[in-house]
Amino acid sequence: MIRTSVTLFALALFASCGRQPQIVRVEPKAFGTALVEVSGGKQIAATGTAIDQPLVVQVNDAQGGAVAGALVSFHVSGGAAVDPAEGLTGADGQLSVNVALGGVAGRYQILATTRDKAGKGIELRSEEIALGYQQNLGRQLNDRYCSRCHDSESSAERVSNHDNLKAPPHAFTDGASLNNMSDADLANIITHGGPALNKSAEMPPYGATLQKSEIDALVAFIRAVADPPYRLKGLVYAKN
Amino acid sequence: MGRKIRAAWEFLFGDSARAFGTLSVVLVLCLAVVPAKHHFREWAQYQSQYVRLIRQRGDAATLQRRFQAGLQQTWLPDLAVVDRCSTCHVAMKETSLADVSTQPFRPHPPIPHTLNEFGCVMCHRGQGAATTVEEAHSSTKAWEQPLLPARYVEASCGQCHQNAQAGTPQLNLGRKLLARYGCVGCHTLKTPEGVRVAATDEPPPLTHIAEKTTREWIYAWLKNPQAYSVSATMPDFKLTDADARDISAFLLSQSTPSGSAAALKMAAAAGEAQEGASVYGEAFCASCHAVQNAAGLMVGGDIGPELTRVGSKVKAEWLDEWLRNPKGYAAHTAMPRYRFNEKQLGLLAGFLEAKTDSDLLANVHLDAATKDQVAHGKTLVNERGCASCHEINGINRPDNFAPDLSAVGSRSLSKLVFAAGVAHTLPDYLAAKIRQPRVFGNQLKMPQYGFATAQIDALVTALLAQTERAQTLPAALRVAGPAVSNYQPAGKAGKLMEDMQCFSCHTINGHGGDMAPDLTWEGSAVGRQWLVSFLKNPNTLRPALIRRMPKFNVTDTEIATLADYIMTAYQTPAFEADSMDAASFTAQDRERGRQLFYSKYACQSCHIVDPQNDKGYVGPTLTQVGARLTPAWMFHYLKNPQALRPGTIEPNQHLSDDDARALTAFLADQKKAPVQEAAKK
Repeated sequence: MIRTSVTLFALALFASCGRQPQIVRVEPKAFGTALVEVSGGKQIAATGTAIDQPLVVQVNDAQGGAVAGALVSFHVSGGAAVDPAEGLTGADGQLSVNVALGGVAGRYQILATTRDKAGKGIELRSEEIALGYQQNLGRQLNDRYCSRCHDSESSAERVSNHDNLKAPPHAFTDGASLNNMSDADLANIITHGGPALNKSAEMPPYGATLQKSEIDALVAFIRAVADPPYRLKGLVYAKN
Repeated sequence: MGRKIRAAWEFLFGDSARAFGTLSVVLVLCLAVVPAKHHFREWAQYQSQYVRLIRQRGDAATLQRRFQAGLQQTWLPDLAVVDRCSTCHVAMKETSLADVSTQPFRPHPPIPHTLNEFGCVMCHRGQGAATTVEEAHSSTKAWEQPLLPARYVEASCGQCHQNAQAGTPQLNLGRKLLARYGCVGCHTLKTPEGVRVAATDEPPPLTHIAEKTTREWIYAWLKNPQAYSVSATMPDFKLTDADARDISAFLLSQSTPSGSAAALKMAAAAGEAQEGASVYGEAFCASCHAVQNAAGLMVGGDIGPELTRVGSKVKAEWLDEWLRNPKGYAAHTAMPRYRFNEKQLGLLAGFLEAKTDSDLLANVHLDAATKDQVAHGKTLVNERGCASCHEINGINRPDNFAPDLSAVGSRSLSKLVFAAGVAHTLPDYLAAKIRQPRVFGNQLKMPQYGFATAQIDALVTALLAQTERAQTLPAALRVAGPAVSNYQPAGKAGKLMEDMQCFSCHTINGHGGDMAPDLTWEGSAVGRQWLVSFLKNPNTLRPALIRRMPKFNVTDTEIATLADYIMTAYQTPAFEADSMDAASFTAQDRERGRQLFYSKYACQSCHIVDPQNDKGYVGPTLTQVGARLTPAWMFHYLKNPQALRPGTIEPNQHLSDDDARALTAFLADQKKAPVQEAAKK
């Protein structure tokens, strides 16, 4: 009697301990030879938040045709997350994932990987930009004061003034030009207007309208969205 | 066994020398425990890592000098803050370490406050007094407050700041949604000062609903409000067919006549739809109402309800009466009285009635309501709290219908019942509750909203700002929200302004909407002649805007009353409107002004004076600004735009008096006939 109950108990114990969390492994149904980004890269959002549009990638074969059922897995570090972290491409060869950014301002590299028939990894790097407090404040000020002229895109709600100007304003993403200007120069041109740096008077001075902290925030925003990315100049220290 | 113990005892304490030696060794070991524990402390490990890190850097000497070893603490008795975070986060003030990406050695990114003023837990929450990572960051059995995830960190700003700040877009959005989507209809939500947050939407009164619509429409609406209007703020109450049937029966049975006798209905002749559309366009209905276009995009404003399928909703007699006099049906509506003539009324009503959706009511077949159904409907209306938002005959607005949210950001996790699959943190609980309330139980009364992730994040942020700490902060730290103004103009002009609902769009003395310019000092700004002609026929000042001032078809006498009132009552104390005479400007002044306008200040980047050559599209067109604005206003506005129109984006250019005067002389001369708007369209 006792032996039976002990055996039963042991069996029950074994059964309850034996239930491991099941990890569902997705098996690829097809393989491609190329991985490309369709949309959703270089989006801007506040630290910690989810970016607006999903990141969409596509797997192609050697002829450039879309491959359905290929396995793509995503990897991102720094506290950011991709949901789902891996999945199969749909009938259009595309897979779309949601990205939540980490808590630290900066650029988050998302590494997407798929494998070809031989098992060789094909990689794609996409980038999303997280704005900290200061850059995010700069973004709000940009929407209010700057983007009417500096953003050449028009919408029904807001017509761009970009093309009405003799000296076309730089887009804030124009890193090739703006990265060459120092923080002090950028702050100067915002504070005192274009003529302060021998540029067009079409850029008015905002020094008496915005506070210094707001102008610093605008500079921080311009740096955050620059493409190619802005790198701090000065002493190069050993890597930590 | 006993022998062995005795032998060991003999070995250790056999004589006084042995006993002394043994005790000494024990004592040394005891004393070594403290330095050993100290050596292996988590924070000490971080500090030695930091010392190794800064040794390799160019400014090592400075960094080393500033580094303080040992436990660090920020104590702010006024705020009840005791933070030891900087014990591990040693480099928070070291801006030269901006390139370091490993925690805990990153410097704190720039924020408007200093760490000495507020400490860390005020914004990041967590346990400031803890000295291990686990206890400081995570929720433990003894301490329940974990770190606030970065995505909600703006909530902390909201503990002191009740006003909308440029740096906290998410918090601002959350607060706006709480007030607009009926949350504060059922839930009590108070600011730390104890002021109850008021709803900003205008849920229609249901007291005369039988005049407005049919029982079938009410039924379809209750079942799925978004099927009628994508932008509807009314949530889905997940009613069963029978419940929706009974509520619709009750709502019709409680309806009373609005008192406005139905007027003659003008039949809109076929083929006039095009003209109807032009009445809709000329009256600028789209400034407030949206219509979904073929591409599924909403075109128009969000002050009034969406009109995409309005023809399937409203009764023709009601629509006619409503367009004649909205206040006859709903006393507090934001809709102006347009004074349409009979032809316009007929055309517009016909145009709106044609906006139908045959699918909406196709499957709704309701039999005549029974007494039981009406009685059951009334019970349901009470149970679901419909009267929290809507005015309904015979039902009082319930008090404290839903839990008070004034301190929801400090709610103890032990008091919450989590649904399966929801992570055990307060932000996750709130987000899950907003996303899908019914996963917490089918009996829940909270309705289902269709919020997007960003909106839910914003709502959670605004709710997390409602903490107990916020209520106990020193009064000096509190930044109040905008003062609530109940300003109402008096007399005949006041009646007219209420009739035309000027305050739906314009703000005067702190009261009103933000769609159109603030008119507090309009009397100093504009000339009376221009004002009269504008009220008679409002032409646009800003070609880039799609929202426009409607034409109200007011009579000359009414215009005179309004203009007199505006010119007298809305004067700035900063200067006299007639203190500068346009006749005193010389041709030389004007020419200098022209040069300043086009070269030194490049005003044409944003404004148009010469429609042939200027293209600026940001500010108002200035082709006839001399006829519109007084010279004194132009002069003072140029000197300091924000002083006269707070928040305007026109930059303050720090003009000298001479430059401002010359520009005023140039602008005062711009009195050309209006730009051919028709040609532009």
